[in-house]
Amino acid sequence: MSIEIKTTSIEPLRHTFSNVAARLGVDKPASRYQEATFDLQPTVNFHYRPTWDPDFELFDERRTAIRMQDWYTFRDPRQFYYGTWTITRSRQQEVAERNFGFVEKRNLLDTVSKEGKAKAAEILLPLRHLEYAANLNNCYITAYGSGTAITQATSFNAIDRLGIAQYLSRLGLLLDGNSGQALDQAKQDWMQSGHWQPLRELAETTLVTKDWFELYVAQNVVLDGLLYPLIYERFDAAMAPEAGSTFSMLMEFQNEWYADTTRWVDATIKTAVAESDQNREQIASWTHDWMQRCSAALGPVADRALGENQGAAVLDELRDALAQRLEKKAGLSL
Amino acid sequence: MSAKRMNLREKYQRMTRDLAWKPSYQSEDDIFPQAKYEGIIIHDWDKWEDPFRLTVDAYWKYQAEKERKLYAIIEAFAQNNAQLNVTDARYINALKLFLTGVTPLEYAAHRGFAMSGRNFPGAGPQVSSQFQSIDELRHAQTQIHTISHYNKYFNGFHDWRHMHDRVWYLSVPKSFFDDAMSAGPFEFVTAISFSFEYVLTNLLFMPFMSGAAYNDDMATVTFGFSAQSDESRHMTLGLEVIKFMLEQDERNVPIVQKWIDKWFWRGYRLLALVSMMMDYMLPKRVMSWQEAWEMYFEENGGALFEDLARYGIRMPKYWEVSVKEKNRLSHEVWSVFYNYGHAAAIHTWMPDENEMAWLSEKYPETFDKYYRPRFDHWHKHQKKNGRWYNNTLPMLCQTCQIPMAFTEPDDPTQICYRSSDYEGMQYHFCSDGCKDIFDDEPEKFVQAWLPVHQIYQGNCGGASVPEVLEWYHLKHGQDNLEYLDSQDRANWLRWKGLTEKAEAVLQKAANE
Repeated sequence: MSIEIKTTSIEPLRHTFSNVAARLGVDKPASRYQEATFDLQPTVNFHYRPTWDPDFELFDERRTAIRMQDWYTFRDPRQFYYGTWTITRSRQQEVAERNFGFVEKRNLLDTVSKEGKAKAAEILLPLRHLEYAANLNNCYITAYGSGTAITQATSFNAIDRLGIAQYLSRLGLLLDGNSGQALDQAKQDWMQSGHWQPLRELAETTLVTKDWFELYVAQNVVLDGLLYPLIYERFDAAMAPEAGSTFSMLMEFQNEWYADTTRWVDATIKTAVAESDQNREQIASWTHDWMQRCSAALGPVADRALGENQGAAVLDELRDALAQRLEKKAGLSL
Repeated sequence: MSAKRMNLREKYQRMTRDLAWKPSYQSEDDIFPQAKYEGIIIHDWDKWEDPFRLTVDAYWKYQAEKERKLYAIIEAFAQNNAQLNVTDARYINALKLFLTGVTPLEYAAHRGFAMSGRNFPGAGPQVSSQFQSIDELRHAQTQIHTISHYNKYFNGFHDWRHMHDRVWYLSVPKSFFDDAMSAGPFEFVTAISFSFEYVLTNLLFMPFMSGAAYNDDMATVTFGFSAQSDESRHMTLGLEVIKFMLEQDERNVPIVQKWIDKWFWRGYRLLALVSMMMDYMLPKRVMSWQEAWEMYFEENGGALFEDLARYGIRMPKYWEVSVKEKNRLSHEVWSVFYNYGHAAAIHTWMPDENEMAWLSEKYPETFDKYYRPRFDHWHKHQKKNGRWYNNTLPMLCQTCQIPMAFTEPDDPTQICYRSSDYEGMQYHFCSDGCKDIFDDEPEKFVQAWLPVHQIYQGNCGGASVPEVLEWYHLKHGQDNLEYLDSQDRANWLRWKGLTEKAEAVLQKAANE
């Protein structure tokens, strides 16, 4: 038996906002993602030129070499607006919290050899500084990029990167018993050790890269595309004989995060590349260029992580894998 | 190994400023090119005290809880057609003003704080700015989702984004934020975090959200409560920013004072729109503009500036003019909107007898003397000859962009005119406050996109009102004009079961 609840029923005058209906081609109920995204950034009738950059409007499509007829062709396959983003991340942080709690409660780090812990600290902890650069880079894109479809996703990404830097810091504090010594050592390595310097130099180069789409390619496509598989797959696997799954648990957030972020990065590149040959060539050239720079900068770290003279071969594989991924998922051949 | 306990402050430092490093491959000036050009001198970024010590995981956790609750209520609201429970359909016009005037500012704040979050050289203020940036995106998006349901049943909301960049009175909020964002990071946070969020937010946020509560708008008031804890974080940031700059170097004091003067007056003029909302647009009123100004500015603001006196900061210039204007502001602004109700995306109307009595009671020195006679005249005109609209475009203030309708500080019967000459042209202002702002940066303010000038220059679809309205995407006869004859009112009556009365309204509108 079905029970019918009587409610007041009144006919709506329209189903969504005019700009959303125009984009959908018809006035029909729109998703929360669509209403929260389309046309949010102003594009016309700015009042004053920025005093910090008077050659451009406050928001100005000319801040990148990439050209789009419509910056809302971009879609986030995750459909992240603030609500869906924060709820997704809160679930992931619950898992991370449980994992950290489990490792602490069971003293799982005590089961890892001293050398194993030292290796983890040596490789993982300086990366918190690299994540901080990633945070600033995505913040830059959020500030100066074109269209909410991209800039809201980069604003989530910026906070995500700060979160990852903080998870890495917590890992450090777990390793050094909250003394901060491991973090201090890692920072000293980041500043001075020879094998970290190419990567720090690369990070500083990204921080002065002006074209925001180039920065997107450098940071989110290429550097992440090599670093995440290198650290969170290869290095994690290399640690497993010594440490079991202890470090994997403490890095699970990064793995899950990278999986969803990759879907968005691929979709973004696919859309930009499909727009025009000019975009395709520009993005291919940037990707090629940053692929060289990033793999050179990661080489010494890969050697330290996986064993002397292992790094180059692994990076070759990762570069091929990234090139294949971009060809298959984003339609970009290098 | 037993872990030592780490205090919260130390832990938070490890989680934020310890992540940053001093660059050596690139110069700091290249990485943070906007850090010095405003003249603010910072010796030690580590002196920045993080007001909240919020880590990202905690942020996700708290914010997700708030989002879940808020969206559950928004959905229930829509399912139950709870828009029918508001006091009166006139109330909806306050929401129209909010979506077209305020929500785009939340978005602008999102982008503006991303700019300061990238441009401050210290990790402390970077992180504070970035959290505020993402909060502001939250506010923009939750406002859109809350008001989306109203858009389905009422006119005036449907193209809010398009309108914000074009419609005459919306250039007031737009130019306010464009002004802040086109300044450097220090002025931006002084403008938005301090002058706006800390000093004036109670006069923007409170009236709209309390207005929603008083008028039984469950969805909007839920949004208001949900945003409140974010807002209190932002207010704390505002004060921290000011104290930080003042403590770093005494040469910062005159710069900060100048910005406080400027942004107090900019913010106060923007709030003129809120004053009319409070006194005229809420069927059930929360408090009068005058009462709100006394409580939130004269009392609270006064105490704040007493506290800042030890840094050499005084009350913002022309604050006493705002006090002189407090019993006139809302009436003068509502009169402007009544004049130009045919070109606005809200409905306008004359207050009824009870409302006139409330206004007399709240404004004993001014209402009966200056405004009631004018309103009586418009009332009579409306009954006899139909509603009157002003077809002559008004002169706008070059700075605040509000039509020149404010009166002399010491004479409520004289319109206040000020002007300045710059490079052979004359520019006009509504007040000494707006004139001073222009005179300090004329090269900036001559650029203003003034809606009336733009219409006369042929940049707004044409020279006639219908052409301009079309360019605004403002549907004539639906989004604009008198409330009493509006489709909104007719629909409201029908939904409330008063079908005959609704037909009469529609009939009358069709005849005009």
